[in-house]
Amino acid sequence: MDPVILSRWQFAITTIYHFFFVPLTLGLGWFVAIMQTQYYRTRDENYRRMAKFWGKLFLVNFAMGVVTGIVQEFQFGMNWSEYSRYVGDIFGAPLAIEALLAFFLESTFLGLWIFGEGKVPEKVHLAAIWLVAIGSNLSALWILIANGWMQHPVGYVINEVTGRAELVDFAALIFNRKAWVFFWHTISAGFATAASFVIGISAWHLLRKNETEIFRRSFAMAAIIGMIAIVSVGLAGHTQGQDLVETQPMKMASIEALWETEQPASFSIITIGDLTGKNLVWEWRVPYLLSFIACNNFTCEVRGVNEIQAEYEQTYGPGDYVPLMVITYWSFRLMLGAAVVMFIVYAYGLYLLMKGWPEKWLKWMKWLPLMIAMPYIANSSGWILTETGRQPWIVQGLLKTADGVSPLSAGMVLMTLIGYTLIYAALMVADVYLLTKFAKAGTAAAMHEAEEIAPAFLGATEDAEPTLLGRKE
Amino acid sequence: MSYEVLQVIWFILIAILWIGFFFLEGFDFGVGMLMPFLSKDDTERRAIINTIGPHWDGNEVWLLTAGGATFAAFPHWYATLFSGFYPALFLLLLALIVRGVAFEFRSKDANLKWRNLWDWCIFIGSLLPSLLLGVAFANLARGVPINANMHYTGTFWTLLNPYGLIGGLGTIGIFLLHGAIFLDLKSEGIIRERAHNFARKFWIVQVVLTLVLLVSTYFFTDILDRLGVNPGLVPITGFVTMLLTGTFLNRKMIGWAFAMTGITVALTLTTAFIIMFPRVMISTLNPAWSLTIYNASSSPYTLQVMTIVALIFTPIVLAYQGWTYWVFRKRVSADPKTLTY
Repeated sequence: MDPVILSRWQFAITTIYHFFFVPLTLGLGWFVAIMQTQYYRTRDENYRRMAKFWGKLFLVNFAMGVVTGIVQEFQFGMNWSEYSRYVGDIFGAPLAIEALLAFFLESTFLGLWIFGEGKVPEKVHLAAIWLVAIGSNLSALWILIANGWMQHPVGYVINEVTGRAELVDFAALIFNRKAWVFFWHTISAGFATAASFVIGISAWHLLRKNETEIFRRSFAMAAIIGMIAIVSVGLAGHTQGQDLVETQPMKMASIEALWETEQPASFSIITIGDLTGKNLVWEWRVPYLLSFIACNNFTCEVRGVNEIQAEYEQTYGPGDYVPLMVITYWSFRLMLGAAVVMFIVYAYGLYLLMKGWPEKWLKWMKWLPLMIAMPYIANSSGWILTETGRQPWIVQGLLKTADGVSPLSAGMVLMTLIGYTLIYAALMVADVYLLTKFAKAGTAAAMHEAEEIAPAFLGATEDAEPTLLGRKE
Repeated sequence: MSYEVLQVIWFILIAILWIGFFFLEGFDFGVGMLMPFLSKDDTERRAIINTIGPHWDGNEVWLLTAGGATFAAFPHWYATLFSGFYPALFLLLLALIVRGVAFEFRSKDANLKWRNLWDWCIFIGSLLPSLLLGVAFANLARGVPINANMHYTGTFWTLLNPYGLIGGLGTIGIFLLHGAIFLDLKSEGIIRERAHNFARKFWIVQVVLTLVLLVSTYFFTDILDRLGVNPGLVPITGFVTMLLTGTFLNRKMIGWAFAMTGITVALTLTTAFIIMFPRVMISTLNPAWSLTIYNASSSPYTLQVMTIVALIFTPIVLAYQGWTYWVFRKRVSADPKTLTY
C-alpha cells in the first residue's frame, strides 16, 4: 500500500473524529454561559438546573475534543513532515498562537469552572464559563487561519534558495478573507450543532413530560438560536461559494460536476457519473442557479473542469488536477441536504413556540432526537468537501499532497491508522454511553455535586452500588 | 534584533516551555502513577485526582505550546523530531488521550469495573508518557541517526538504547517523587501520610537514579567535549537539590522539598538543552548533518512576529494560570461532602 494514501486516510479519520466534538463545544459553551448568566441575573432555579444539565453534557463532549485535538497538533510533524518543513514558517505561527491564546484560556478556566464553584465568587465562576466559550472559539479562529492559508496562500514568498514558503506579511495571513469566512461558517455551524443537540434532547424529555419548564426553555432558546445560526451558515456558505470561483475554481467546478464552462451556469440536482468522476452517465440540472451560487447573479460564467484542467497543466505542468469528483459532488449535497433538514427542524420548533405548543403538532417531536445526527453529517461532509476539493494540492497551487508526506513506511502508518481507529472507536462507545445516560437522566443527576459516590470498593459487592437515580439528594 | 539572536531566543523559549511542561505535568504524571497505590477506596482516589483536577489540562497545554512553538520557530526540528520519533509519539498520544478522557469519565458512572478501567488508564497514561519523554530527551542529548536530508534513519528500537532507558527511568522516578511531594502539600490525613512516607523512602532510589543519569551522561553524550570534566553549575546544582530534597522531607519542610524536586527537574532538562545547543537534533552519522538552530529555523520575520506575540501573551497566561493555583491552594481532603466530582 501507498504511505500517501494511508496517511491521508489517517488524517481524514482522526480529523473528522476530532470534528465530531468540536462544533458542539463551540456552540454549547455559549448556551451554558447564557443559561448561567440568566440564573445569575434572575435567581430563577430553573436556569441553574439548565446550566448544570447542559454543562454536564458539555464537559463529557469537551474532554473528547481536547484529547483528540492533541493528535491534530502533532500529526503535521508526524505524518506530514515535508509539508511541515515547507510551510512551517507560516502555518506553524497560527498553531503556536492557538495554543498560547486559546488552549491555555479554555483549559485553565474550564478547570476553574468545574472545581471552582463555591471557591471563587459567583461572578468569577460565571466569567470562567464565558472565557471557556471564548477560548474554544478563538481556537477555531486560529486553526482556520492556518487552514485558510492552505486553501488560499497569502502573505508569503517562495525562498529561492531553500524552496520553502516564507512569511512576509503577518497581517495578510491573519486577515485572509478565506479564513474569516471559514470562521463565520464554522462558528455558525457550531451554534447550529448545539441547537440541534439541545432541541433533540429537550424534545425527548418533553414527550415524556419530564421537567417541562426546564426543557421548554431549553427548546425555545435552541430553536431561536438554531434558526439564526442556520441562516448565518447559509449566508457564509454562499459567500464561500463566490470566493471559490476566484480562489479555487476547480473545487467549485467539481462540486457541481460542471465539466464544460457555462454561461449562465446550471446547477446539478443529480449527476450520475462513472466511478472516476470524469465521465457523465446521466444528469438533471436547473438552469441559472449555479451562476447565482457562484457570483450572486444569474448570468455569469462559471468555468468547467476541463478548461481549468487545461489551464493548470499549462501553469503547473502535466498532471491530474481534478479532485475525486464523486466525493466533492456528493459531500456537498449531503451537507446541503442536512442543512435543509436542520432549517425545517428549527422552523418547526419556532412554530411550536409561537403557537404555544399546540397538541396536534407535538406528535412530530418524536423525530427530533434523531435529527441530532443532521449537524454531524453536515459538519463532516463540509470538511470532507473542503479538504478533498483542494486535492491534489495540500497547499493550493504550491505543494502537492503527495510531496508533503513523511518518509515513513506504509506498515508504520498502517499500524498507527489501525491503532487510532480502534482506540477512537472504543472511546466513541464510552462517550455515547455517557452522553445518552446523562441526557436521559435529566437535571437531577447533573445537580449532585458529589454524584455517585461508590462505596469503598475493596470487598464491595456490585449490588451495593448506589444507582444514579436511586440516590437520595 | 539580529537573526542569530532571535534563533537563540527561540531555542531558549522552547527550552523554557519544555521545562515548564516537565515541572507542571511532572507532578500530575506523578500523582497519576501513584493514585492506585496511595488510595484504599474510591473516595480517596477521587481526592487524589482532585489535587490535580483543576490543573492537569492547563499543564498539558505547555506540551502543545512547546510543539506549536517548535513548528513555528524551527520547522525542520519539528518535522524531523516528530516524523523520526513517530512510534514513540504515537504511543505518547494514545496514552495522553486515554488519560485525559479518564479524568473526565471515571466518576461519571458508579460501576466499579468502569472506574477501575479508567483508573488504570490514568496510571498507564501517566507512566508511559513519563517513560517516553525521558527516553526522547535522553536521545536528543545523545544524538540519533539523522541523514543529510534531515531524515531520521533509525527505528523505534534505536531510541531504546541504554542511555535512553536510563533517561526514561530517571524521568519516571523524578516525576514519582515530585508527584508524591505535591500530594504531601495538597492532601490531608491518611493520603498525605502515605504520600509523605513514599516520598521519604523513594528519595534514596531517585538519588541513585539521578547519579546514574549524571555519570552515564559522560559516557553517552559529548558533554565532556562541550562542558569539560566539571560540567558547571547547572547539573551540579540539579544534583545538590536532589540531595536537599531528602533533608527537607525529613524536616517536614514540604514546600521546600517540592521546590527542590522542581529545580532538579528544571536543571536536568536545562543540562540536556545545554548539551544540545546550538544543535537541536544531533546526528550520530555525521556532525555536519545535525540540525541546528541556524539551519532548522524559520525566517527572521516569522521569528520577530512570534517574539512579539510571545512577549505580549506569555505574561498573561502565566498570571492567570498561576492565579488558579492560588485559588485551589487549599488541601484536598478525602471527605465526600467537600469533593467535587
